[in-house]
Amino acid sequence: MKYKSLVINSADKLIFGTAPYPVTTRRGLILGGGHVYPEINFTIPPMEVNEKVITELVSYYKSIVTDILERALHLNSKGLIIEFEPLIEMTKFPEIGIQLVKAMNEVCENYFQVRGLKSELRLTPNDLREFDKPPRQRTSAYLEPMIELFERGAIAGGDLLSIESTGGKELSDDAIMMCDIKKFIFSQAVLGVRDIKMLWSKIVKIAAKTGRIPGGDTACGFANTAMILAERKYIPKIFAAIARIATIVRTLAAIEVGATGPDKDCGYEGPFLKAITGIPISMEGKTAACAHLSPVGNIAAACADLWSNESVQNIKLLSGNAPVAYLEQLEYDTRIMNQAIEDGMETCLKLQELFVKSDSYYDPQALILAPENVIAISAEIVNGDNYVDATLRGCKKGLEIIENAQKEGLLKRDENEDIWMENIKAELYNIPDSEDKFIEDILPTIDHNKIILSEYGL
Amino acid sequence: MKGLLEKIADCVEFGKINKNAPYPPDMKDQDGADELTKQALDQGIDANEILRNGLVKGMEKIGIKFRENKVFVPQVLMSAKAMSTAMEHLKPFFQSGYVKRKGTFIIGTVAGDLHDIGKNLVAMMIEGNGWEVIDLGTDVKSEKFFETVKSCAGCHVGLSALLTTTMVNMEKIVRELKSEIPGSKILIGGAPVNEEFRAKIGADFYSPDPQGAVEYLNNLIA
Repeated sequence: MKYKSLVINSADKLIFGTAPYPVTTRRGLILGGGHVYPEINFTIPPMEVNEKVITELVSYYKSIVTDILERALHLNSKGLIIEFEPLIEMTKFPEIGIQLVKAMNEVCENYFQVRGLKSELRLTPNDLREFDKPPRQRTSAYLEPMIELFERGAIAGGDLLSIESTGGKELSDDAIMMCDIKKFIFSQAVLGVRDIKMLWSKIVKIAAKTGRIPGGDTACGFANTAMILAERKYIPKIFAAIARIATIVRTLAAIEVGATGPDKDCGYEGPFLKAITGIPISMEGKTAACAHLSPVGNIAAACADLWSNESVQNIKLLSGNAPVAYLEQLEYDTRIMNQAIEDGMETCLKLQELFVKSDSYYDPQALILAPENVIAISAEIVNGDNYVDATLRGCKKGLEIIENAQKEGLLKRDENEDIWMENIKAELYNIPDSEDKFIEDILPTIDHNKIILSEYGL
Repeated sequence: MKGLLEKIADCVEFGKINKNAPYPPDMKDQDGADELTKQALDQGIDANEILRNGLVKGMEKIGIKFRENKVFVPQVLMSAKAMSTAMEHLKPFFQSGYVKRKGTFIIGTVAGDLHDIGKNLVAMMIEGNGWEVIDLGTDVKSEKFFETVKSCAGCHVGLSALLTTTMVNMEKIVRELKSEIPGSKILIGGAPVNEEFRAKIGADFYSPDPQGAVEYLNNLIA
């Protein structure tokens, strides 16, 4: 592991709007440079997407972005990020995605040149490799359109490159359903790390070649899956909290091979990455309830550098179209944070305290995101000898924090979850900290029909 | 003193697969669904009785607990494992036709969609309630649904989607299946789907949870 110590080593320095290594976009937004910017994402209502309707799609996307930027101007926005997370077909047939990026970038450039509004596009192609059964992470034919969209999409105007990569998902879904923390850790610390290093080495090269920013990955398909299932009471919250910690090293691996941030919004491993590496991060909370529910609505903002709505469908609301309404909500959320920054660190810490206190003792998933806990867990992670050891250390620290909060009566115990707390603890302390030994132990227990180990270099 | 069928139902409800299984801890070293089902058959208890009043009864109980948020998915999965282990002993009775399942249910996530957690859960709960389930997996093209449906007279179909962009594929499948197998029922589910959408595309039933689908199917044969 590359990082052996924390870049941010105290909770009072892990604050919104400021990151030790800010990132400057080509239109001059300094992300993590003392200002929190909104990051708006939208999707289109159900419709057929294919190459025959490119003209229609281009006009549709242009009109949404125009409406967003017009509202941003009206609200005196200092700048914003627009994330383009394509629909599957837009990555499968990259020409569609490329034309949309080009069209949206033209709108952004026009608003920049004529009205002085700074905005950038985050381009997040889909990870299509899951369509192979079992997935072929390294040799899939689907890599070609993904890479084409990254490269030609970057040239067309995608400034921040990101992806929600899926390495390890063949095993993680079952592991989540069975609350099997051992298998989940294997999917992240062993499979995920290997896959991310392979994939992000390619993305970082594309970014260098095209002069764009290699943003970051997200464990959305892993820990957020667990979070959503916990919200539906399908799995215990304690599992979702520990699973969140177990995803940190796989997303960290992208930064180790050259991702610079801002990390992508839809995973909550961002605060840990910010503490470990100093990169700026995008986060989502209460204003992402349009996309999914969560127990971390306020606390997610505690150290955000970008504040996102995750995604909203372009439907008509009473006030206007949903992306415009959500841009407005994000603007007002960030205005408060930016006013606090203007008023000074004391005000920032007070506002952060409110974000943290209002959520942290309602749910273990929120508790682990409190800055002091982020620092404590991250400090354990960087002490790890390898990715498995680091993950185990982080998870054990997280469990200890949750147990202590329950013992002190601060975090409510859910009796249905008691047995799971014990199970997860026993499993964690039963996993060898040697990566080789762990792999040797687990391989006989996995379903080899679901995974091609050589696709992970195993 | 509990009867053997009641004990089998308990083993399924609490996920006790066999004697060696460590789960659940408070049933350690006790016979599981595996041993008790064999004992029941050895004692001459009718296989239909074992299925209905032992195994299915246990699954029904865990299904209700799950709906009431008293247990989590992994506990339901352990129950399903206990049931499927016990079912191995009943296989010859199914093969001879002496014991029959309630019917056949074909399920899959529609084309373009790779999400399978919800679909798997529904499949498992329906199977645990005595139905034969044919799981076509994820990203299932409409042709695959037709091909499978044609080979199973009287079957019912479940369609799952988690994306707003793939839920539109349900409409086409429903329309074509309805003309192909008018007597069969089509159930839909998934995050973006709702009752309004069901009515719009002409499917027969929408359930936000697995237990609702189980109850709907069971009512069809009641």
